[in-house]
Amino acid sequence: MSNSPNTPHRNLLSVSDLTMQFGGLIAVNGVSLSVNDGQIVSIIGPNGAGKTTVFNCLSGFYRPTGGTINFLGEEIQALPDFKISRKGMVRTFQHVRLFNSMTVIENLLVAQHRHVNTNLISGLFKSRSYKELEAKAMYRAEYWLDKVQLTKYANWEAGNLSYGQQRRLEIARCMVTEPQLLLLDEPAAGLNPKETKDLDNLIVSLKADYHVSVLLIEHDMSLVMGISDRIYVINQGQPLASGTPDQIRNNPDVIKAYLGEA
Amino acid sequence: MQRNLNHALFTALMTFVVSFPLLGIDLVTDGSSLTIEATSVTTYYYMTAAIVIVFLFQLFRESILSVFSSVPKLRLPIHLYSDLPQSRRNRFENWFTLVVVIVALVWPFVVSRGSIDLATLVLIYVMLGLGLNIVVGLAGLLDLGYVAFYAVGAYSYALLSEYFGLSFWVALPIGGLMAAFFGFILGFPVLRLRGDYLAIVTLGFGEIIRILLNNLTSLTGGPNGIGGIPKPTLFGMEFGRRVKEEGNTLFHEVFGIAYDSTYKVIFLYLLAVLLVLFTIFVIRRLVRMPVGRAWEALREDEIACRSLGLNRTIIKLSAFTIGAAFAGFAGCFFAARQGFISPESFTFIESAIILAIVVLGGMGSQMGVILAAIAMTVLPELAREFQEYRMLMFGLMMVLMMIWRPQGLLPSKRPHLELADVK
Repeated sequence: MSNSPNTPHRNLLSVSDLTMQFGGLIAVNGVSLSVNDGQIVSIIGPNGAGKTTVFNCLSGFYRPTGGTINFLGEEIQALPDFKISRKGMVRTFQHVRLFNSMTVIENLLVAQHRHVNTNLISGLFKSRSYKELEAKAMYRAEYWLDKVQLTKYANWEAGNLSYGQQRRLEIARCMVTEPQLLLLDEPAAGLNPKETKDLDNLIVSLKADYHVSVLLIEHDMSLVMGISDRIYVINQGQPLASGTPDQIRNNPDVIKAYLGEA
Repeated sequence: MQRNLNHALFTALMTFVVSFPLLGIDLVTDGSSLTIEATSVTTYYYMTAAIVIVFLFQLFRESILSVFSSVPKLRLPIHLYSDLPQSRRNRFENWFTLVVVIVALVWPFVVSRGSIDLATLVLIYVMLGLGLNIVVGLAGLLDLGYVAFYAVGAYSYALLSEYFGLSFWVALPIGGLMAAFFGFILGFPVLRLRGDYLAIVTLGFGEIIRILLNNLTSLTGGPNGIGGIPKPTLFGMEFGRRVKEEGNTLFHEVFGIAYDSTYKVIFLYLLAVLLVLFTIFVIRRLVRMPVGRAWEALREDEIACRSLGLNRTIIKLSAFTIGAAFAGFAGCFFAARQGFISPESFTFIESAIILAIVVLGGMGSQMGVILAAIAMTVLPELAREFQEYRMLMFGLMMVLMMIWRPQGLLPSKRPHLELADVK
């Protein structure tokens, strides 16, 4: 399984020599990776390898101490987080972060903040553009609720959903922002095998039907190996290997990092 | 049993330790010096009785409490209301609002002058509560210095009318804008703070404004305050006995009726009703607008907000600014009603009362805040003879509320959004 045959290989994200240092601790050291249009790329590595730190750097939660991040031909490593997500790179979190006491549909509406008319005056007087944009936001929210099979929970408080549903809602909440690149941080953690299978289908469909590229951190190897176009392995902050799932599966260094020295 | 006994002995001892110095001894002035004397024997009887009751209660705590818990839970009307399905709730709310507005409009013509005055005060607190509700209830930013914006609004009108002769109607929007501006100024340094730290900074800000007003004697008159603030007019009609401002007419002369000072009180009351209705309308709209959703989302999870492209700086600032603006309106009206303001009116305790209204009413809930404002203003007035115990009663009420109804009188319920094709 390599790059999908029908997509142009436009480069979406290219990271070179990314370094993140906290005082004396080098959490990420010289990691480079690239994601092309329509690809699913995975980052794997043992616990504490620095995968989530890479995500935090990409999404602007940390400002990397070294290296460059190029997204859609623009260097973004110095941009604040909200600007990066507005450019079309949106992430999920290792521990689900929903707006728990807001309803499911409200969660999806909040995410479209930049798509709606936030002008106070037009909101107070319900101007036409305000109403149109609100209706569009509502439509998009409904569409994605249906897509992740949560329509009948639309008016539930998000905190009352089951864990698997919360995971799906988090992905839907990213998708309503109409991203180009989705960063998923361990989306299968805590899911049962059936839910993992559903998630697998959902991610593949995001790529096939919506041309969204996905950068994935995951421990579930069957998921990673099944859907990835390319895999990067990180160990103790250092890049260890990269390649297709088959190359990674047979790489002795990777096996050693995961299973320890024989 | 042994543990209960120890516990009971200890609490009885504590009761003694607390009550004896406070109640058991009297300080009597003897010439120029104070002497300590024992109080009357009856006080000692009461104290002993209290100690015995505390001891017995703690000793048989489990059995007493189990009797209480076997009593079926109270079903207050409030509980019944909260359980109503959304559609019936909406209908009920609409009817309720209509009835309340009608009552509010008829009110001044059927009750005494004192009651109208009290109702006007309630309305000021409703406005303040609703404004603070944006900051604390919706955006989740604990603001202990809200009274500062109230003061800014009040002083804006007082100073503008004193130095520039501006009328109430011109000063009202300016007062709101000034308060909003101060909210914006305060918003900047506190953007990165949360929780306790934010509370302390806002507390400090409230005090700074008060102390500034107190010491800026040349401008604000310091502790002497500003007097003779003109009352609002109705299309150039004054409500006094004689015209104060050049070019104005008199209400009773225009309508050809005898002068009555009650007209002024009723007018002020109706003006307050108007301002409150305006506040309610604007805030109801805001909550359903993107900015309202963003405030709540920011309260729920700031990190998730950032990851979704929400600019938290702007969202927090907007909450602070808009919340402050309503305090500014309330302050303007307060200055006009009182005719005299001094820094005395803007102490920390005011902030505390407004915050108590928000918490008591249920964070984020408009109806709750209105109910709580009525309770917090009317109850102390009704219990005037217990004036000195007012704070004690507030404290007790707060403790009881936190135990039995921590979510407030009428906790806010999520608006249900109708989807086009939900089966």
